[in-house]
Amino acid sequence: MTKGTITSIVSNLVTIDVDGPVGQNEICMIMNKDVQLRAEVIRVNGNEAFAQVFESTRSVKIGCEVVFTGHMLEVELGPGILSKNYDGLQNDLEKMEGTFINTGDITEPLDKDVLYHFSPLATPGDKVRAGDWLGSVKENWVDHKIMVPFVFEGQYTVKSITETGEYKIHDKMATLVSEDGQEVAVTMTQKWPVKQAIKSYNQKIRPYDILQTGLRVIDTFNPITEGGTGYIPGPFGTGKTVLQQAIAKNAEADIIIIVACGERANEVVEIFTEFPELTDPRTGRKLQERTTIICNTSNMPVAAREASVYVGMTLAEYYRNMGLKVLMLADSTSRWAQALREMSNRLEELPGQDAFPVELPATIANFYSRAGCIELNNRQFGSVTFIGTISPAGGNFKEPVTESTSKVAQCFYALSQKRADAKRYPAIDSMASYSKYLDYQEFREHTDASIQEGWVDLIKKTKDIMRKGLEARDQINILGDDAVPISYHMDFWRSELIDFTIIQQDSFDTVDMNTPLERQKYMINKVMDICDVDMLFDDFQQVGNYFKQLINQIKQMNYSPWNSEEFNKYETALTELMNEKTAIAPSMT
Amino acid sequence: MKTKAFQRIYTELSAITRATCVLKAEGVTYEELAWVDGRPAQAIKVVGDLVTLQVFPGTEGISTNAEVVFSGHPPQLKVGELLSGRFLNAYGDPMDEGPEIEGEARAIGGPAVNPIQRSKPSALLATGIAGIDLNNTLVTGQKIPFFADPGQPYNNLLAEVAMRAEADKIILGGMGLSNDDYLYFKNTFTQAGVLDKIVCFINTSENPPLERLLIPEMACTAAEYFANDKQMKVLVLLTDMTLYADALAIVANKMDQIPSKDAMPGSLYSDLAKTYEKAVQFAHGGSITIMAVTTLNEGDITHAIPDNTGYITEGQLFLKQDTDIGKVIIDPFRSLSRLKQNVIGKKTREDHPQVMNTLVRLYADAKEAKTKQENGFDLNEYDERCLHFALEYSERLLAIDINISIDEMLDIGWELMQKFFEKYELNIKEALINTYWKKSEDSQLAAEEV
Repeated sequence: MTKGTITSIVSNLVTIDVDGPVGQNEICMIMNKDVQLRAEVIRVNGNEAFAQVFESTRSVKIGCEVVFTGHMLEVELGPGILSKNYDGLQNDLEKMEGTFINTGDITEPLDKDVLYHFSPLATPGDKVRAGDWLGSVKENWVDHKIMVPFVFEGQYTVKSITETGEYKIHDKMATLVSEDGQEVAVTMTQKWPVKQAIKSYNQKIRPYDILQTGLRVIDTFNPITEGGTGYIPGPFGTGKTVLQQAIAKNAEADIIIIVACGERANEVVEIFTEFPELTDPRTGRKLQERTTIICNTSNMPVAAREASVYVGMTLAEYYRNMGLKVLMLADSTSRWAQALREMSNRLEELPGQDAFPVELPATIANFYSRAGCIELNNRQFGSVTFIGTISPAGGNFKEPVTESTSKVAQCFYALSQKRADAKRYPAIDSMASYSKYLDYQEFREHTDASIQEGWVDLIKKTKDIMRKGLEARDQINILGDDAVPISYHMDFWRSELIDFTIIQQDSFDTVDMNTPLERQKYMINKVMDICDVDMLFDDFQQVGNYFKQLINQIKQMNYSPWNSEEFNKYETALTELMNEKTAIAPSMT
Repeated sequence: MKTKAFQRIYTELSAITRATCVLKAEGVTYEELAWVDGRPAQAIKVVGDLVTLQVFPGTEGISTNAEVVFSGHPPQLKVGELLSGRFLNAYGDPMDEGPEIEGEARAIGGPAVNPIQRSKPSALLATGIAGIDLNNTLVTGQKIPFFADPGQPYNNLLAEVAMRAEADKIILGGMGLSNDDYLYFKNTFTQAGVLDKIVCFINTSENPPLERLLIPEMACTAAEYFANDKQMKVLVLLTDMTLYADALAIVANKMDQIPSKDAMPGSLYSDLAKTYEKAVQFAHGGSITIMAVTTLNEGDITHAIPDNTGYITEGQLFLKQDTDIGKVIIDPFRSLSRLKQNVIGKKTREDHPQVMNTLVRLYADAKEAKTKQENGFDLNEYDERCLHFALEYSERLLAIDINISIDEMLDIGWELMQKFFEKYELNIKEALINTYWKKSEDSQLAAEEV
């Protein structure tokens, strides 16, 4: 094992004089008195290794001994990951003692004494490869597959497999024989280096099916797909985190991985507090049971921020290989980029734009492309959907992190300061935002069959009305209320109707916070029917007054449980209101 | 002087900048406290046997043969009940006439609280100011800055809020305070008879700028003692964090770091977060709430300091001069309290969330009407109503000089909505309207009374 001694310290960057071979990204341990600090090699120059320390370097001395581990940063994969709260290096926060996280606290990510109920899926004689399912254990309500370790290369033959029963994670579950006759034991756990994608599957396919989030402005207007990628940039105070938490609560995914990367601790605490209480409407189980939280809050060591997003993605890929729909959320990727910038700066590298490292766009692109929909070796499907938030400096989208992300993510949810100021939440600017999936032929065909014929065209028509409304609004603002034809006011109010009743959604109202796709479909058709009616008004003030009444009725519908008595009451009132207009209109023509 | 008999004394500096000096020394630990000719300094870079020290009082007059001694530990604060009522400098030493502080020495800038040991902040912190309590409700364990222009009365407001908030301890961290403002705080605390519950760490504009770097950590270390060890509700006031950030930039510059936006160090976000994230609600009831001041240049919140602050803190309170009513108001558009959702409609009246949002939306409509008016267009009848509403809303609810209960604020809200608008213009849940909208006879009576 290579060893070394520390020769310099600047913040969390140390240089180490080494006595043997070291690898780029190799993990080493700094032995400082009775604590060990984990660090990662990020540059080697002769026998001098530069390492970023994942902990505070306070009280580290020149001459401290360093031991190299021979491997990159790894996660331990196995049953017990769900419901866990990890730090950025997969330490189980629950197992840490004391109120404060002390330097060098390291805890086991999995529970080695818990018994899991194992049922074999493979039989002796089966030919298997990395990622193939050998058996299954119950983890909460999820069928957690025990797989051939991803590091195994080539084909193996199952020699023996353990019978159904209760076992611990480190028990031997199967014995495999490699092509050259070597026997290897497989337990419920395996390790994987986080910076490498898990690729033990047959192929990646183009995403085609909506991943429901319960948010109308996303599902209806700019849908994200299973295996899709999206990003949410926004100035502070526009509701990025509320939006991401709403998605985490309501999304129709089997597994949710939340990475709190360099953000506020109280936001994580909210999830800790709420998720054990909230019920997942699809399974009736607690939300916490399908959720894993990786948290490296802004006051935790900066170097572990980068690790936290990779740890999250690796866990997501692991569950994807079990044929599950995984949604991964990272808040915020800008903090990760800043962590890279800090290190690059300390390494005295020549800076790129805004002092970020020049490889930033490549790093981001590489990361986003780990999401996706895959076909497993056994022809089943799994997906990782990834949505990242971005905190652009000064709220300006023309900055390296936003720009680099825009090139790789397929969905863009722009949060607008103006909408947030006017309390039009979620503050997603539906016109600036987009989902490239609306143009996917696969998506169109799927929605034609699963939602309604011509769904994509209906959405595009809705967007046209919004666009026309905005143009009309500009004209009205330039020319004045009286100087434009009444039809301009009609155009404007149609877009307001869509804005208030479809786009705006109250994420703190128990009913309105989550709209299933079926209900979204009903409401968008309802609203579009209203937009199709040609109404007659005497003056522009009438237009506003009438539409405000329409909006009010539909809002009340949104607040009422689907198809409840209340809901029907408001719908009847809406119909009557409509009839007033349509009853007059024909007689005038 | 803090030297001890056995300590090794170095007397050969190899480099001096305005903020730092470099010397050869052995066995130095990272972030260790040292003294250069008696001036406190800290190890911020160690390369081989070359140690770079940031000298807090500045290096003016330091010569290459200055005596340097190392303490063997990072900067510390002696914590204990004796801190109460004291005015201390950036090193935690008395600047009042009182005795030396005695107590347990703790390293400042200690480790982070394990997130799972935190509780969800959900205890209301009322101030009587509607711009805060109604629109941007605060809770204990929150961190929030006032964004203010240098000319605005932010320190008076900070003192006012501190006096009204029910805290067991108030810890003031003053960075670059003008001497007048320092005396103002001192007088306010003395006159209110609350000296026993305050601790002040003061760096005035007369003191060296680098000392400001120590103030937030000193204040937070004292706060952690009272909040965690003594399970008290602690309110920390930090003013002005912009001057703190400026001091960070000085050190980064002398260390030859590549500056990022607005000449600030690339680590500004992490540096600020280290302080603000000390805000915490513990399960045992103790809490640290941080209220800070970040001064702006002409209201520019895209500058790196307010921008990074906004991403860290749980909202911001934006002070603004309302020329229509001639008073300073809390701007309802740019201000935000992220944690208000934890209490509004739960610890306060059920109609709070919807009333608050509707009032702000109507105020936004008024703003549009005003733009229209300024551009020379005719206003319609709705615009006129909005403008009248905005005046009264600003005067009776947004101004910082009011002091009423949250129920009273909500009642005023309903009164204003009823006075200027129709039910259907509000988009409020019907059940709430049925409860709080006064029936026609009542409202006529109310109108007559007005």
